[in-house]
Amino acid sequence: MRADPAEYRLVSPDNLEAVLSLLAGEPAQWLPIAGGTDVMVLYAAGKLPNRNLINICNIPELRQIDVFPDRIRIGAACTYTALRSDDIVSREFPLLATAASWTGGIANQNRGTLGGNIANASPAADSLPALLVYDAEMTLISVRGERRLAYRHFHSGYKQTALAADELILDISLPRRFSGYASHARKVGARNAQAISKVCLAALGQIANGTIRDVRLALGSVAPVPLRLHDTERVLTGKKIDSSLIETARKSVVKEIQPIDDIRSTARYRAAVAGNLVAEFLEKLAAARIDA
Amino acid sequence: MNPSPGTGAKCEVLFTVNGETKKVLAYPMERLLDVLRNELELTGTKEGCGEGECGSCSVLLDGMLVNSCLVPIGQTKGASIVTIEGVSTYASMNPVREAFLECGGAQCGICTPGMILAAVHLLEKNPEPALADIREGLAGNLCRCTGYMQIFEAVAMAARRRVAK
Repeated sequence: MRADPAEYRLVSPDNLEAVLSLLAGEPAQWLPIAGGTDVMVLYAAGKLPNRNLINICNIPELRQIDVFPDRIRIGAACTYTALRSDDIVSREFPLLATAASWTGGIANQNRGTLGGNIANASPAADSLPALLVYDAEMTLISVRGERRLAYRHFHSGYKQTALAADELILDISLPRRFSGYASHARKVGARNAQAISKVCLAALGQIANGTIRDVRLALGSVAPVPLRLHDTERVLTGKKIDSSLIETARKSVVKEIQPIDDIRSTARYRAAVAGNLVAEFLEKLAAARIDA
Repeated sequence: MNPSPGTGAKCEVLFTVNGETKKVLAYPMERLLDVLRNELELTGTKEGCGEGECGSCSVLLDGMLVNSCLVPIGQTKGASIVTIEGVSTYASMNPVREAFLECGGAQCGICTPGMILAAVHLLEKNPEPALADIREGLAGNLCRCTGYMQIFEAVAMAARRRVAK
């Protein structure tokens, strides 16, 4: 049933302190809303449990991208459009820029935010594997103070996160040490434009003296959380890429993921495609057909 | 502030719609789409899916293409909204309109206001789009009649004519 707007409230504080004090005052009562591309869908369907919403679009700290010598800091309410049009993101973090271009159509990219995508915690979210391979770090903030958390520790289970009831995601930082890596982003969905992924891959690799010096792989839609493939990375590191290594990688990927059958795909299809995507990346890396 | 459910109050929203200052009294979680259609009687903006997938409710919010079904009115205080009724103030609108007519870019008309706004938004940002840019710029707008090719051709034609001028 459709939601009745008279049963909801939405307040628009003009500073971060006011947002945090609302969250602290009645923890779990208030839900932050930025672009609304997830929240408003639930709301319209009458499935939004929270009746009290805080508009965080007007908070400047959440909307900025700041560049430091060793990292970039992305405010949690930066939109996909802002990510795509940022020079440093495009140049040094192409996996994130590409994932931003996959996320919905232009209208949703103009509204949807990176912090919202993280908080929504869908295992199918396209930008999250990129954050895993780039070693993203988050700042979570509440009236109690700030804490830094490696992004890889944020998702604890399907739609479960480390965010406390009184906390807000303040920013996401990416260390600027991956520009020497070859990168590969690939998504498989029902159609090219704005389909939710059946499987998506974010991959980084470096070849030195004919062998894999370092490789970083993460997949979306193959487990309850966005998944970094540590075991497969270990199998690959230090090896020369040939057809037998690619077969070994394919088997390792299938062992490492836990895909399910759902409305978008089947576990069997996802396992086959996940293996294929990693194989495709390794073939390109071997042929140096992707730019370092 | 009392956060208990069922206690929402209407708020006054002062904003600009198609260049005119408007004041509406609405619950802050009312959708911009509903306020435009029901309060302001701007029924050119259509509701398709109501969940941000189809683009038929597209409007420009401070110059950015958005799905008005996903925007709570409480987030639009002080904003400038342009709907299909007001988009003729954009220079690219005339060539887009002519090209849609010539190329058969509109049939049943439900997607058309959103398609036009997405096309104008694209041409304002990228006056000479390649076909891939046009496909991407309109990817969030679904049409069940045309098969899209006439629409892509219309946008390409509008762009060519604008640049030639």
